[in-house]
Amino acid sequence: MRQMALSNRLKHVTGKDCGEIILYALSTCQWCKKTKELLNKLKIGYDYINVDLLSKADEKEVYELFEYLKIDMNFPVIVVNDKNVIIGYQENKIRKLSK
Amino acid sequence: MNDKKVEELCRQLEVIAKNKNCYLNPDTEFVRGIARGLLTNKDKYGYMSCPCRLASGNGKKDLDIICPCVYMPPDVKEFGMCYCALYVSKDVKDGKIGVHSIPERRPNSKKKLS
Repeated sequence: MRQMALSNRLKHVTGKDCGEIILYALSTCQWCKKTKELLNKLKIGYDYINVDLLSKADEKEVYELFEYLKIDMNFPVIVVNDKNVIIGYQENKIRKLSK
Repeated sequence: MNDKKVEELCRQLEVIAKNKNCYLNPDTEFVRGIARGLLTNKDKYGYMSCPCRLASGNGKKDLDIICPCVYMPPDVKEFGMCYCALYVSKDVKDGKIGVHSIPERRPNSKKKLS
C-alpha cells in the first residue's frame, strides 16, 4: 500500500533483517528519538521518515496511509511488514521485533 | 540550536510548571530535547506547538496543542505526565511512577490536515 513518493523519502538504517520495518516519526519528538535509539541499540535494520519535514503533498500520503491502516496521526508509529503497527514508544514491543 | 536559548526556555518551562502546579520531568536531557523541539516549532510555525504532535501550521487549528497544551492538566492528573512527558506529577518527579509514553487525548477530528 505504501505510496511510491513516500518510498523515495525513506532513510535506511542498516541492521538485522527483522522484516520490513518502517518508523514514521517527527524530528522534534523525544519519544520518536527514543524509538530510533532503541532500534539502533538492538541493531535492527529499518527505514524511517520524519513526517514533519515532508512537503504537504507527501504529508497527505502519510495521512492516507494511516487511514488505510486505521491508525491516527500519532507519532512514533512503527509499521511492520505493511500490516502490524506499534503506536507510541513501547519498549517491550520494540524489543520483540528483534526476536 | 543555540544552547543559551534552550537553557533560557528550560527556565521558563520551570516557571510554567510551577504555575500549573506540576513539575518538569527530572530527566534534564529529555527536557532539553523537548525545549529544542519547541524552539524548532516556534521558528517554523511562529508558535511553540507540541513537539510530539504534527502541527498543521495553522495557528487557529493548533491552538489546543500550543505548549502547555489543553490536554496537559488532565493527562498529568490521570497518567502523571503530559503527552510529551515534559510536565509531570509529584509522584513522577519523585520517581514513584516511571515515565512512559501515554495515549493521545486529542480528538482525531482535530488532526485533519489544513
